[in-house]
Amino acid sequence: MNDATSLSLTQTIGLIKQKKISTKEINNLYLKRIGKLNPKLNAFLSVNSKSDKIPAAIKDLISVKNLPMTLGSKILEGYIPPYNATVIERLITNGVSTIGKTNLDEFAMGSSGENSAYGSTKNPRNLKKVPGGTSSGSAVAVAADLCTFALGTDTGGSIRQPASFCGVVGLKPSYGRVPRYGAQAMTSSLDQIGPITKTVEDARLVLNWIAGPDGFDNNCVEPNGQLKNNKRQNLKGLKIGIPIEYFTKGLDQGVEKVINTALNKLKGLGAQIVEVSLPHTLFAIATYYLIVSSEISSNLARYDGLRFGKGRGNFGPEPKRRIMLGTFALSAGYFDDYFIKAAKVRTLIKQDFDKAFEKCDIIAGPVSPTVAWDLGEKNSDPLAMYLSDIYTIPASLAGIPGLSVPCGFSAGLPVGLQLLGKYMDEETLLSVGEIYQSATDWCKEKPNLN
Amino acid sequence: MNNQLSTINNSWETVIGVEVHVETNTKSKMFCGCSADYFGAKPNTHTCPVCLGLPGALPYINQEALEKCMQIGLALGCEIREHSLFERKNYFYPDLPKGYQISQYRWPLCVNGSIEIDGDDGEKIVRINRAHQEEDTGKLTHVGTQTFIDFNRSGLPLVEIVTEPDFRSSKEVRDYAKKLQQIIKSIGVSDANMERGDMRLEANVSVRQKGQKDLPNYRVELKNINSFKFIGDAIDYEVERQIRLLEKGEKITLQTRGYNENKKETFLQRVKEEANDYRYFPEPDLPALLTKKADVDRISASLPKLPEQKIQELALLGVPPISGATLVRQGMDVIFNDLAPKAQEIDIDARATANFIINKINEVRGKTIEELITDMKAIKSGQIADKSQLDKLAKEAIGQNPQSVSAYKAGKTNAIQVLIGSVMKKTRGMADAKKVKIILEQLLK
Repeated sequence: MNDATSLSLTQTIGLIKQKKISTKEINNLYLKRIGKLNPKLNAFLSVNSKSDKIPAAIKDLISVKNLPMTLGSKILEGYIPPYNATVIERLITNGVSTIGKTNLDEFAMGSSGENSAYGSTKNPRNLKKVPGGTSSGSAVAVAADLCTFALGTDTGGSIRQPASFCGVVGLKPSYGRVPRYGAQAMTSSLDQIGPITKTVEDARLVLNWIAGPDGFDNNCVEPNGQLKNNKRQNLKGLKIGIPIEYFTKGLDQGVEKVINTALNKLKGLGAQIVEVSLPHTLFAIATYYLIVSSEISSNLARYDGLRFGKGRGNFGPEPKRRIMLGTFALSAGYFDDYFIKAAKVRTLIKQDFDKAFEKCDIIAGPVSPTVAWDLGEKNSDPLAMYLSDIYTIPASLAGIPGLSVPCGFSAGLPVGLQLLGKYMDEETLLSVGEIYQSATDWCKEKPNLN
Repeated sequence: MNNQLSTINNSWETVIGVEVHVETNTKSKMFCGCSADYFGAKPNTHTCPVCLGLPGALPYINQEALEKCMQIGLALGCEIREHSLFERKNYFYPDLPKGYQISQYRWPLCVNGSIEIDGDDGEKIVRINRAHQEEDTGKLTHVGTQTFIDFNRSGLPLVEIVTEPDFRSSKEVRDYAKKLQQIIKSIGVSDANMERGDMRLEANVSVRQKGQKDLPNYRVELKNINSFKFIGDAIDYEVERQIRLLEKGEKITLQTRGYNENKKETFLQRVKEEANDYRYFPEPDLPALLTKKADVDRISASLPKLPEQKIQELALLGVPPISGATLVRQGMDVIFNDLAPKAQEIDIDARATANFIINKINEVRGKTIEELITDMKAIKSGQIADKSQLDKLAKEAIGQNPQSVSAYKAGKTNAIQVLIGSVMKKTRGMADAKKVKIILEQLLK
């Protein structure tokens, strides 16, 4: 054990309650570790040395009052939010403080963490590899023990995929479970804030802190935001659906092997494995990028440099690409062919899941077709980058919850098992994750950074 | 100019559609908790992350505003749609902090209403296409080369009421605007004050050859005109300008024009090469609106009476429509309703009570019902006390109207009305007509 920084959130709270350690000591340990490792990892864009409660790392597109916010873009350099996001208010209520704002792909657009205007974050398992994106800094901060837990946002996999690449736990809640107020919208109809943690039980704890309507996000409607804590004790009788479309060409063989081992483990724990089909998976990426680009072209219109931030010339290449695509897709004469068609396919994808869940309780598969790739490898090919999100995007379009749990290594790099639940059934998802985690040691595998 | 055009004007027909924006008087803004009572406040003191469009801010629907929008819709006979939707209207302007306005486009809340106006050829029904909910922008002030932005108004609830192109003259438009203003005031959802900008008019004006059924292939938007008179003047000017151009064979393009009140002419503000592409799409930050029938019924039942309805009810009591309209317009119908039953007890009818209120409108406002009854009694008793005076005036009237007298004596009893009128004129209305009639009948026996 290094020191208290290697402990989970739940363990840390336990030590503080037993008065074995003070929050001041905890913050000092984390700040010291950040000082030592952040120059190598580039996980934090700013560090709050005044953090004095349980220290959390916050993705730098979530507003924390009086701490600078960049969105990973030069356009917002120097902006200091005058208000807290709802999730930040709720963390404060639960004795949490922000130890720093984490790096991300600019405006949460990307799949590798390389699109940040402030340089790529590095994967702590191998500094030559991408950490995944877009919540790159948050995943790395958790994986490298630079915080007790982190918040990220997930639109098409931005929590699950970097969690998978870095070997930590990431939860994208159901759309409408957690209020989005205070997080810069990338795609309003898909974005969700969620926890990136060292263990599944930590993810449950943080979700309970941040979930539930707030009177600011009109789409956060689930009146029972909190989980009822009727955990499953075992997997007996649980049906796990395996989508055939997720195990075809394009899935790396090493990853497939690790996932199959994980599925066998779940079977060994009492679950029943059934085959399901998600036939519209093939169309998910095209659909996703039409909806995403369309909403982005409108969501980013406020960055006009008049009231805050700098001029539009400071947008990086990926935001510019999506603004142009989206403006085109929404234009008169193209709207029906692109936006409306995408909206229809989105409904079909949602129906795929509804049908699949008639046969199973949760769906399991890989988070990503590959492990983390080399820095720079896909930078010249945006399309190849888009395709890497094939397993995370469909669940986003369906609005259902997704959990990434560490389940082994391929070529020395972490592989994440993706568990997808029914809409607003985070309970089953987290229970299965907890049972799998306590039967395996993957969450205890720390990167060697010394 | 009128004379020059009088001959050719006959072959042209004016086509006008009207858009009216009404700022409703909610407690808070449309999508945030900021106080909506901003008038006269220091600039940028009624703002928050939402109405400033700061990163991460989200809209949250103000239900009070939707209810007021529905009240307007119902007052205009609209159907309230069960399913409606907010959409984003995307365009850049410095007073629009988000870069888009949250509005309604394909699925408005209230549709297919109508309103009756005094048309050029008598009573006329104007079709209301829609009444939808949207939000207001900030306000720009230009001082020299500098421009200031006040976001106090940003995000205020606005209801846009759109008619079909059913108007054929400025007079019809003015009558519509006045009626609409009365309706909105009477249901209490806005002061509809034009000068303050609570109510704003836009007219889409074009002309076509008489007999042509299709809409003209152009239209001129008249905007930012804040009085009934000026919108009428601007339309008249515009119609003549357009006819002159079309007579010369010129083509008129889609454009927006303002009105210069001093020069009494419209002026070009913006030429639209083609229809603006606002890239409308469903507002992803907000849920679709589901309006339950029970809510519509509740709002409908709670609607106060509309002016037309009040005038009709007054007429049933015996108040002539013109007097009734005056009472309603002046907001004196409430006093009338309190006063009339008590006036009846001292034998003063509804018509006389209405006249009493209208003639002494400023005095009436400050007085109690009891005081008013005392005043009315004094006038009535004053008339009775002057019976000898009335006899004298009646004799004068008989002497001055020999034709009516002989007609009456020949059996045309209606002719007595002329004599009554003559007496009433001499008393400047201070006599009781019934009494005068009795006196005259006695004198003519």
